[in-house]
Amino acid sequence: MPGKVHVTTTINGESVEFLCEPRQTILEVLRDQLDLTGTKEGCSNGNCGACSILVNGEVIDSCLMMGVEAEGQELTTIEGVASADGLHPLQQQFLEHAALQCGICTPGFIVAAKALLDQESNPSEERIRLYLAGNLCRCTGYDKIVRAVQDAASEMAE
Amino acid sequence: MNAFDYEAPQSVDEAISLLSAGNGNIGILAGGTDLIAQLKEGRKIDLMLDLKRIPEATALSFDEDSGLSFGAATPCSQIYGYDVVQSRYPALVDCTSLIGSIQIQNRGSIGGNFCNASPAADTPPAVIVLGGTCRIAGPNGTREVAAEDFFTGPGQSVLQSGEFLISIQVPTPAANSGAFFLRFIPRNEMDIAVANAAASVVLDSEKTTIQEARVAIGAVAPTPLLVADAGAALVGKAVDDEDAIEAACAASRAAARPISDMRGTIEQRIHLSGVLTRRAIQGAIQRAKES
Repeated sequence: MPGKVHVTTTINGESVEFLCEPRQTILEVLRDQLDLTGTKEGCSNGNCGACSILVNGEVIDSCLMMGVEAEGQELTTIEGVASADGLHPLQQQFLEHAALQCGICTPGFIVAAKALLDQESNPSEERIRLYLAGNLCRCTGYDKIVRAVQDAASEMAE
Repeated sequence: MNAFDYEAPQSVDEAISLLSAGNGNIGILAGGTDLIAQLKEGRKIDLMLDLKRIPEATALSFDEDSGLSFGAATPCSQIYGYDVVQSRYPALVDCTSLIGSIQIQNRGSIGGNFCNASPAADTPPAVIVLGGTCRIAGPNGTREVAAEDFFTGPGQSVLQSGEFLISIQVPTPAANSGAFFLRFIPRNEMDIAVANAAASVVLDSEKTTIQEARVAIGAVAPTPLLVADAGAALVGKAVDDEDAIEAACAASRAAARPISDMRGTIEQRIHLSGVLTRRAIQGAIQRAKES
């Protein structure tokens, strides 16, 4: 039986240490050990994007990354998106546009959209739709989500 | 997922030692977009060997003499985001930017796409027509294998026990050259190729005659195929020689030996091999003219 591995990483700006089995995904570690349950498990095979997190600023599916790979990396989860001053413009615009119904996909969409807006301040609608193609939503039909991201981009540009 | 050990060696030598130590079934981890998905589906390994702490495995560099070099674990998004790739290797942008989602492109690598060796893999045809070479590390040192010779069957490659793919080299494109990759899928994004194709051409200085050409097709045989007859049909011919292009398409249709499955039939895939070959050649010629 392989032993547990000691991992030192940064999550949402804070240094974090945890022990995990090599077979645990970072998604399992976040949810089951670190109580960061905002990141959702959807398909668990890299198709739906519900488990999206940022690793060194790049969006990835946390169901397809092992916990041990987090060593020395900087992770951002949905819990790290809002600031002490309040919601992130993306979160606020998702509320304004009612860009969610059941909400399971929402953390993944917001994290992925944050990665986009951190890299491109004024993406086109086409670019937003392409960038978010790895995030599936069975409720909204996507239009409200795209409009929320567009308005968040505008708000952040002000 | 079954239990396994994890090692992240920091050098090629260390990785080779771990591979040679008789650690049972070893799964080599690059971006994990295939390996981790397979482990969830029941594949059993005793050791996961993560390449990403080996500098060569995540490198990305270019120089005029040796060309482009990228590590086996260098993610697709880094490759298509590299300015040299955007300006001089657009066929690599074609293939790396349409694999999966942004999330997958941020993890998955061309090297992993090679080692997973799916017949429908999207990066091999472009690397093959660009003359890419696979650098393989093993207990007796490193060896180089042409990209078109890397694959031996579905999920199978020339990698022997104790070996791993460390990096891929792609030569500097010749003057007046161009390359292009495309695939056919029934939707716009996020799908697996029914068929795919890539072509590269080198034109004369007037940009009217084809001096060299390579064509590769995928998802239509147990491995990606370099179609030597398709390239040969174009050499010495004018860029607008329809008969030559049709001869190349016929060569691709003749080389294809596909299966029928949920994505397409034998007849459709043979037909597509011709259509995609034509479009890849036309795209490559267009890029060569613009170069």
